[in-house]
Amino acid sequence: MELISLGVKSIFIENMVFAYFLGMCSYLAVSKKVSTAFGLGLAVIFVLAFTVPVNWILNEYVLTEGALAKWIPASLGDFSTVNLSFLQFIMFIATIAAMVQLVEMFIEKFSPALYGSLGIFLPLIAVNCAILGSSLFMAQRSYTIAEATVFGFSSGIGFFLAIIAIAAIREKMKYSQVPDGLKGLGITMLLTGLMGIAFMSFLGISI
Amino acid sequence: MAETLEKEITKKKSEALLSKRRKKFVLDPLNDDNPITIQVLGICSALAVTTQLKPTLVMAMSVTFVMIFSSLFTSLLRNLIPTRVRIIVQLAIIASFVILVNEVLHAYAYDVYKQLSVFVGLIITNCIVMGRLEAFAMGNKPYDSVLDAFGSAMGYSWIIIAVAFFRELLGSGKLFGFEIFSAIGWSSFPTNGLMVSPVGAFIILGLIIWVQRSKSGYVEQH
Repeated sequence: MELISLGVKSIFIENMVFAYFLGMCSYLAVSKKVSTAFGLGLAVIFVLAFTVPVNWILNEYVLTEGALAKWIPASLGDFSTVNLSFLQFIMFIATIAAMVQLVEMFIEKFSPALYGSLGIFLPLIAVNCAILGSSLFMAQRSYTIAEATVFGFSSGIGFFLAIIAIAAIREKMKYSQVPDGLKGLGITMLLTGLMGIAFMSFLGISI
Repeated sequence: MAETLEKEITKKKSEALLSKRRKKFVLDPLNDDNPITIQVLGICSALAVTTQLKPTLVMAMSVTFVMIFSSLFTSLLRNLIPTRVRIIVQLAIIASFVILVNEVLHAYAYDVYKQLSVFVGLIITNCIVMGRLEAFAMGNKPYDSVLDAFGSAMGYSWIIIAVAFFRELLGSGKLFGFEIFSAIGWSSFPTNGLMVSPVGAFIILGLIIWVQRSKSGYVEQH
């Protein structure tokens, strides 16, 4: 039950885009058409659902203080005071880059059709703030492995919803008269603000 | 042909420290080619940290530091980095400087460090840093790259400071934590909670983009 609540919270209330501004770059750049936005959204769900648990394992068994002592036998030396948490950023970003590569190879092998639609977006995702941000949030909030998995997956869904919605609105916006200076980025920011207000109405919901 | 090229190269060597060409690197990103409002890069952190001026200023300084030094080092190493793995190498360079910034903030400015939380780490994935390394530092000399990085960082900084100025002023009636409206005797100033929330950031940035683009005359094509 708590997991479902966490899931709902990360999809709607603490939405990656509207509450934390994560993944804004690709959100703005790839939201001109619904079909491409759909592809990117799916790829983000995929990668988030994989990288957050993997980074959880790394964080728990390599990075935090005394983590190495959990699996290195004491006969090899005393690792209980080793604290590698300053390496967090570089480890997380390396994992993400490697996982993106792995997921790409995996999809290419087992589902060429999916690869055709996701392929070009996967490399882009390595530098998407939403992915690194989720891993950092996961470490900061000290989730368990189950929570981390749910958090990763539902954050991905939250991003997916946001990018699909804005892409649909932007497709319609083509037929509207927008002032010159507001065209493109400006109007998209204002629209995102209005969508953010809509998402704020989920505030306080808990299951 | 080869001779004239050689002449040009020797001419460049004796170029003034701040020649016209180099001034362009610094001044262009401030307005005409602003990384946030024109190139649409680095929006994530631009919005997340801007509820108050103080963390925004720290963020701007951190980004400037990371950009200048990662540009310098990428540019120094540009002939040694194999093109196939350049993204990973760039990420590693950026991440090293971000770790440095993070540790310094952790040690000397703990309250700001708490406020910025994960967003210091997210400088790694800030597209401005990556974009300048990829587009400029990989193909230019160290000094030029540093100037270019400085220009882009300043372009980024002034936008986020402007956003933070309006958000803190309208959202909580303060500037750098100083109660500006009660100081001028208008203590009943109605603060706007929306400005402190993420929604305010989107709207303020949208409006700043509008003003900035109408001034510089840039129109986005569909």
